[in-house]
Amino acid sequence: MSAVAHSPKDAIAGSAIALATRGLSKSFGSLVVARDIELNLPVGARYALIGPNGAGKTTLINLMTGMLAANSGHIFLGGEDITGLAPQSRVKRGLARTFQINTLFAGLNALEAVTLAVAERRGIADKFWQNIAVHKEAIEEAYDILVKLRLGDSCYQPTRELPYGRQRLLEIALALATKPKVLLLDEPAAGVPQEESGDIFEAVASLSDQLTLLFIEHDMHVVFRFASHIIVLVGGAIFAEGSPVEIAADPGVREVYLGARKHG
Amino acid sequence: MTDIPTASPQAYLQSLSRWRPIEIAFWLATLLPFWLFPNYLSLASQIAVAALFALSLDLILGYAGVVSLGHAAFFGIGAYTAGLFTIYVWGEVFTGLIVGCALAALVGYASSFIIARFRHLTLIMITLGLGLLLHEAANSASWLTGGSDGLQGVSVWKVAGLFKFDLYGTTAYGYALGVLFVVFLACRRLINSPFGLALRGIRENFVRMPAIGADSRAHIRKIYTISAAIAGIAGAVIAQTTQTVSLEALSFERSADVLVMLVLGGAGRLYGGLVGAAIFLIARDQFSGIAPQYWYFWIGILLVVVVMLLPNGVLGGLSKIMSRWSRT
Repeated sequence: MSAVAHSPKDAIAGSAIALATRGLSKSFGSLVVARDIELNLPVGARYALIGPNGAGKTTLINLMTGMLAANSGHIFLGGEDITGLAPQSRVKRGLARTFQINTLFAGLNALEAVTLAVAERRGIADKFWQNIAVHKEAIEEAYDILVKLRLGDSCYQPTRELPYGRQRLLEIALALATKPKVLLLDEPAAGVPQEESGDIFEAVASLSDQLTLLFIEHDMHVVFRFASHIIVLVGGAIFAEGSPVEIAADPGVREVYLGARKHG
Repeated sequence: MTDIPTASPQAYLQSLSRWRPIEIAFWLATLLPFWLFPNYLSLASQIAVAALFALSLDLILGYAGVVSLGHAAFFGIGAYTAGLFTIYVWGEVFTGLIVGCALAALVGYASSFIIARFRHLTLIMITLGLGLLLHEAANSASWLTGGSDGLQGVSVWKVAGLFKFDLYGTTAYGYALGVLFVVFLACRRLINSPFGLALRGIRENFVRMPAIGADSRAHIRKIYTISAAIAGIAGAVIAQTTQTVSLEALSFERSADVLVMLVLGGAGRLYGGLVGAAIFLIARDQFSGIAPQYWYFWIGILLVVVVMLLPNGVLGGLSKIMSRWSRT
């Protein structure tokens, strides 16, 4: 663990780095959940984060988004050290996430929820003397996001009444409304039947090339199909890293992960 | 909500804030006591004040999910400020109202920095503690507040130089109702604003808010200040219409009663506090006629029954029935 953080720009010359971590560590008592994590996500990359249950994948997202405070290490977003920032400040700078378990606004409909996220980004969410309908551009932007994710026809229905698969898409829509540069997707298709999970990943894949993605996923077919790069996490530490072909050929990975056939 | 609009999403959101016929009927009905119950106008003005106070609590509890058991602090500050202003400065009602509102808002703003840091049980205990603290402070500062004797001789001028506060309570009810309506309009606007949407977001999912870039604490500080200001207005109106201020304005009982009113009526729907205040005070009026000592017994039964059968209050139950009707 290095006490001094090097700028991630020095680490990899050439391609611009959207998100990087240096020596990121976290433990709960004696249980180490993140051990000296060093990550470099180039702009526009599609990274998959895989690993057995309890490997610390969600913890890593919680650390990067600030929902958990790291014990040591640094997080850089576009070269800026965001380690000390509150979660909402990181979102404002372009780091968004979705949740493995739906974390939605049950009583709001999809249009209201996404409009709220757009309003927060545009800095109009503290205006209490204007009717929301005055902000036509914000509403239309929200609606466009919903249409893009094929939620346009059910956007007036309360979230709690939406079918589960649509709620998963709304998770992504809410994150997109923050106009992220980097989007961290925690099992975007969790709980969705396999034949539908492709739809969700198609929606993810159709996002802008400039958007940097990191997603957690258990289904290896999906991972190999959509990821340009794979990180294997075991016991809170990076076990292997490389292109899908390299990871598939890695005998160590086959043993601890692929061979174990853990799909939970 | 029943008709699915084919128009733009903007028009849809606009339609949500349109006045419904039932709302207009409700406000017209508030004028009925002038003709139907002229002997009950002082009760009616008490209801209007309690409704205003419950409305202020609804903004924080019903919308932002901030539970308070010490909201009487702001009611009392408004009442004492308006009372003292009337005695020592002058008796014009609207300036008294504004001064009471301003001081309550100021104290609300100062305490909002503590409030916004906590939730759930801790928050309830903090608001309770602050309320008790202020009550004792007012009790011991009897040179200013009159202590347990209360503040006497709050003689306000005619409203707008025209309407004298009379024994029957005609002016009192007209004044209280007018203030309630104006404040209600402001609250209605707030709820339909982007900020109102953010408050509902806090209520619906506190955890998600930072993940969409929202600073929930800043939102809570703001709505707590606004809520305190409105509670201060309610307190000022009670001081002006009853022409006294008693220590009861700051009491725990008043904090608890307003919570009961809001829960009875249904939190988070703006009208809940208004309906709840009417139910509560009319019930108290009737039950205390039966057994003056034990009327809380009946309120207790009413509360338990409503909470068990209608978890969203009387209005929540009514709207459920209405939507079931419109579907069939």
